[in-house]
Amino acid sequence: MADEVILLDYWPSMFGMRTRVALEEKNIKFDYREQDLFNKSPILLEMNPVHKKIPVLIHNGKPVCESLIQVEYIDETWPGGNSFLPSDPYQRAQAKFWGDFIDKKVYGPTRLIWGAKGEEQEAGTKEFIEMLKMLESELGDKTYFGGETFGYVDIAMIGFYCWFDVLEKCGNFSIEAECPKLIAWAKRCMKRESVAKSLPDSDKITKFVPELKKKIGIE
Amino acid sequence: MAERSEEVKLLGMWASPFSRRVEIALTLKGVPYEFSEQDITNKSPLLLQSNPVHKMIPVLLHNGKPISESLVILEYIDDTWKNNPILPQDPYDRAIARFWARFVDEQVYVTAMKVVGKVGVERDAAVEATRDLLKLMEKELVGKDFLGGESLGFVDIVATLVAFWLMRTEEVVGVKVVPVEMFPEIHRWVKNLLDVDVIKKCIPPEDEHLDYIRARMESLKLKSV
Repeated sequence: MADEVILLDYWPSMFGMRTRVALEEKNIKFDYREQDLFNKSPILLEMNPVHKKIPVLIHNGKPVCESLIQVEYIDETWPGGNSFLPSDPYQRAQAKFWGDFIDKKVYGPTRLIWGAKGEEQEAGTKEFIEMLKMLESELGDKTYFGGETFGYVDIAMIGFYCWFDVLEKCGNFSIEAECPKLIAWAKRCMKRESVAKSLPDSDKITKFVPELKKKIGIE
Repeated sequence: MAERSEEVKLLGMWASPFSRRVEIALTLKGVPYEFSEQDITNKSPLLLQSNPVHKMIPVLLHNGKPISESLVILEYIDDTWKNNPILPQDPYDRAIARFWARFVDEQVYVTAMKVVGKVGVERDAAVEATRDLLKLMEKELVGKDFLGGESLGFVDIVATLVAFWLMRTEEVVGVKVVPVEMFPEIHRWVKNLLDVDVIKKCIPPEDEHLDYIRARMESLKLKSV
């Protein structure tokens, strides 16, 4: 019986990118459906009634919401090939800790960098750099966050990479100067087909942000 | 399977729902542990060293190795001690359980905190918002004894935050945030929880807890003025 996999997504979302990468890593065929977040479709509202947000993964008609939950679901449902999470419980816990860190601490400051001005924006930039440095310290000299294999934390973080250019322009800073190892890691990830296929070009994001600001009504 | 010599230590705080949920999980699985009460206003070197990123409780130390973030800790406990499983086996059911756990922590908790911390119109708005979120939980409980189904599971353990923290604040705040007429299923579920020995054993004693909530409410009000 063939699996039916649908992804409700929004092309610039670094969260949607996680699920795209996870599906590609496992070679799962899926139907990508671009959503208009300013005019939400009936299927989005039906499949994620609680949050009404993307990404939503629909597997044989059943919805899974929240990107990191989707990544874990994909890993558990299609266990062949490369596992995103280690089998050792302690290492799994560490991976989940850092995934949670990225959600709680890295995303928030990015909104201030591209969406705010003056002191607020500066505070966002400072915070973002601090959080990236923590991640870089966790990465150390490893090839990927998981060690030799590309996994959960790499998937959780890589979508931010295509946003780096616009963040640097808005915040007037250089991520490579602050976190060279992290940039090297990102470039390694970009060499993977799953990642190259799933992330939009940086300049598309850079052109998109001013349009987004207009749409949500900020200068 | 050979018994391993384990050293399990929990850096926690007696009145914290995040700390208590870890105790519920350990107790459910019969894992002996040492509880170390932490003073979060004067953080111990052990706490700072074990959770340098967030510097928060709870932290579980298993044979000296730290795990932080209560939901991560719960999953670690489930992965390590296989008896009395907390999460379901099926990947889809696990995804749903994880979704609702996050809902409780990221939506309900954040909104409910404003009920305690604000006054007047702002408090009324927080009560309304909390009720809207709880209506979703109410729907989930129809036809079920527990959020986990027939028996206590991951989401129930996480949602003790609602049963024994949010609902206890009603007495202190003087507002019925979760009235039985609006939330009969939730009230039924709380009764079911109280029938479970592990829960009875692991929740903070009511009187001391109410005193604590009262004191915290005063200090939050002072901060928000």
